[in-house]
Amino acid sequence: MLTCKDFLSELSDYLDETIDAELRAKLERHITECPNCWVIADTTRKTIQIYKGMEPYPIPPDVESRLMQALEKKMAAKHK
Amino acid sequence: MAVSSLAGIDESALVVQSREGDTTAFGELVRRYEGKIFRLGQHVTQNREDAEDVLQETFMKAYEHLDQFKGDSKFYTWIVRIAVNQALMKLRRRKTDRSVSLDETIDTGEDMVVREIAAWGEDPEQQLSREELGGILDTAIDSLEPLYRSVFVLRDIDELSTEETAEALGLSVPAVKSRLLRARLQLREKLTRFFKRKGDDAFAYM
Ligand SMILES: [Zn+2]
Repeated sequence: MLTCKDFLSELSDYLDETIDAELRAKLERHITECPNCWVIADTTRKTIQIYKGMEPYPIPPDVESRLMQALEKKMAAKHK
Repeated sequence: MAVSSLAGIDESALVVQSREGDTTAFGELVRRYEGKIFRLGQHVTQNREDAEDVLQETFMKAYEHLDQFKGDSKFYTWIVRIAVNQALMKLRRRKTDRSVSLDETIDTGEDMVVREIAAWGEDPEQQLSREELGGILDTAIDSLEPLYRSVFVLRDIDELSTEETAEALGLSVPAVKSRLLRARLQLREKLTRFFKRKGDDAFAYM
């Protein structure tokens, strides 16, 4: 029998779907019988999903213009 | 650099053009990834000035060493390595009092603790404005240890593979995996405070 600790240690691979079918079946059996692990798996999956959808903020204009200036200088030096 | 109309152009073509001296093509590569590199720099260094330096240094170095990019990985994976190195250097320099080490510490598994278990509501993030949600997510990440933070940002936000993340951070694949799991569990815990279904009380576990 799989313990909760065993389940947790496989959680990342379970959510990333990088485990073989046999282990997957064992983990799935565990969460049907263990509400705690079901909640952990579900909320961890949601955590990952929320972060995945996060677009980077636009770069502040002053940062952007300093970057472009620095690069232009560098490119001009390289291709004289 | 001129405003480019290269938005639809394939990345490897842009790299070839950049290598041949086409500054507009390199400008397009910068535009594609500057936001991600800046975010990565901010999360790793937790300092805006350092993040700006990381951003500049990353693209300067990338331009300088473009010949060394062999095209056997994605361009982003290649510049991420440069960015991570720059960011970690700054982090070490700032935290002279507390050493920030990338060495693989002995993993006791004791930090893999789950304290709060509560189901979340449906689409909890929809209840918040973009700014509110962004604030919560950033604060949660920034409360993680530097290495957990770096692993999580590369793996789950930038969506690099485990192998690419290991390469970028100079860690082994098992080390990336164990840190990713801990980072995910810690973030889950922090977000649960905001997203748990009303009326559900947390209870102790394990
Ligand atoms: Zn369990």
